[in-house]
Amino acid sequence: MKITEEEVRYVAMLANLALPEEEIHRFQRDLNEILDHMDKLNELDTGGVEPMAQVLYEAGETATLREDCPLPPLSNAEALANAPQPGAGYFKVPKVIER
Amino acid sequence: MNIPSLTIGRVREGLGKKEFSARELAEEALRHAAEENPKTNAYLHFSPERALAAAARVDEKLARGEDPGPLAGVPVAVKDVIVTRGVKTTCGSRLLAEYVPPYDATAVIRLEQAGGIIIGKTNCDEFAMGSSNENSAFGPVRNPVDPERVPGGSSGGSAAAVAQGTAVVALGSDTGGSVRQPASFCGVVGVTPTYGRVSRYGLVAFASSLDHIGPFSRTVRDSAVLLRAIAGRDPLDSTSAAAPVPDYAGLMDGGVKGLRVGVPREYLKDLASETAGLIERGIEALRGQGCEIKEISLPSTDYSVACYYIIATAEASSNLARYDGVRYTGRSANSETLSEMYRNSRGEGFGLECKRRIMLGTYVLSHGYYDAYYLKAQKVRALIARDFAAAFEQVDAIVGPVSPFPAFKLGEKIDDPLEMYLSDIYTLTGSLAGIPCMSVPCGRTAQGLPVGMQIMTNHFDEGRMFRLAAAVEGGVPPVTPGAAQPLP
Repeated sequence: MKITEEEVRYVAMLANLALPEEEIHRFQRDLNEILDHMDKLNELDTGGVEPMAQVLYEAGETATLREDCPLPPLSNAEALANAPQPGAGYFKVPKVIER
Repeated sequence: MNIPSLTIGRVREGLGKKEFSARELAEEALRHAAEENPKTNAYLHFSPERALAAAARVDEKLARGEDPGPLAGVPVAVKDVIVTRGVKTTCGSRLLAEYVPPYDATAVIRLEQAGGIIIGKTNCDEFAMGSSNENSAFGPVRNPVDPERVPGGSSGGSAAAVAQGTAVVALGSDTGGSVRQPASFCGVVGVTPTYGRVSRYGLVAFASSLDHIGPFSRTVRDSAVLLRAIAGRDPLDSTSAAAPVPDYAGLMDGGVKGLRVGVPREYLKDLASETAGLIERGIEALRGQGCEIKEISLPSTDYSVACYYIIATAEASSNLARYDGVRYTGRSANSETLSEMYRNSRGEGFGLECKRRIMLGTYVLSHGYYDAYYLKAQKVRALIARDFAAAFEQVDAIVGPVSPFPAFKLGEKIDDPLEMYLSDIYTLTGSLAGIPCMSVPCGRTAQGLPVGMQIMTNHFDEGRMFRLAAAVEGGVPPVTPGAAQPLP
């Protein structure tokens, strides 16, 4: 057992996911099965191998730089158009300070 | 006009000879797609206003005698993870069911500048996470070849639209095989270009070090034309490559004589027997046209599933943190505090597979597991990339299967996530290395199910990839959209 029920609840908390009980149990089972498969990576000797974070190909060091040109931003109305609860030009949220 | 038989070249000819206007073609394509859609659920919504406005611009250019562009009048379907200004973009998720983006993806802008007509947005696995299109919040897509079967995923709607003949070409997105595998299952051409070849600005992010936008079409030439139109450096995506964009369709011609083609022995050992037979027949077709076929080895292949599902889910857990019920998603109604609102909105809004991947990705990044999983996977990724670099010292291209088996039945694998992940093995390796890969139809099984051959070349060598694909296309029986066609 790689991941306990406690750990599943902890990871769900880290990920900001409210999960019903049946999903906690289901994910414990699924994650254990998947993580068991992932142990396969330990068969490979990766000593001295640099981790690959991005696909790299031949390009100049400044290839990703560009001129800093100001462009018109989204208008306030456009930025708020998809918000579930806009108000007075802002995104409204439930109270932040919990008592 | 017969929409399912159209190609980009045929549309160009019809407009040139004034057989139809771009507006007439757009209206007919919209009508035809709406009529056919109940059979597959390939489209989530149509974009008639946008399509007719784009068609009007093409007709005006034609009337003035100007060049209307390489995609002039061509009906295009766009996967619903690529944002379209003023047209809903749901990502197949309940969370974004009502989301109307305020901007366009760069690929969408380039598509329309080239004269393309976006007729609608296609169904997909939620946030592009899946291999069967069964993870869409808006119902699965059915394979036009056999409605009891999945179209593949995650770009199942785009593949089905092109196979069904309701769009001439389509855009999909590919992170670990999401263009190639549905192309293989539906019997169409699907291309994952070199990482960075097409701007991802406006592609809703899943795993940023792996995400690509790529074309679908019924002919190799049409994918080559579409890729050229959307490729190239974009100041809005710093990962987009500055390398010049060649005329891919022009590079298709000239034959494949003398090209050295590698067949990785690791790719042929776990195949369904009919799939193996068809792939071998495709390899023979290449040999017959003068390719030098060599057996090669990509020794890290067996580690690609574990490597990919650590890296992709880790990146996804971070990218999907933005769906928080504040800015553009729905919000849970029953929350007293901000943190409760986040947790409830996400818990109620995401589907099962997205939650599973967010959980996995959060776990492998969490304190105490980062080195064992995430860092280890990044090192294995380097080994997989080295395999390809070594192989391309010996050969010009690599060919093999796209999927171990043809399209499976709806519901067949949905309850076994690991089994579903394992079926992605042959597409994941190329994704991790960032090389161009494509699926080209390579015949059908006795039941009439399409099988795609995968062709891979080195970074930015899409030209030779298309040339080999054209040779396979010319060497095996053609695909007609619509009905299943058992081989004699």
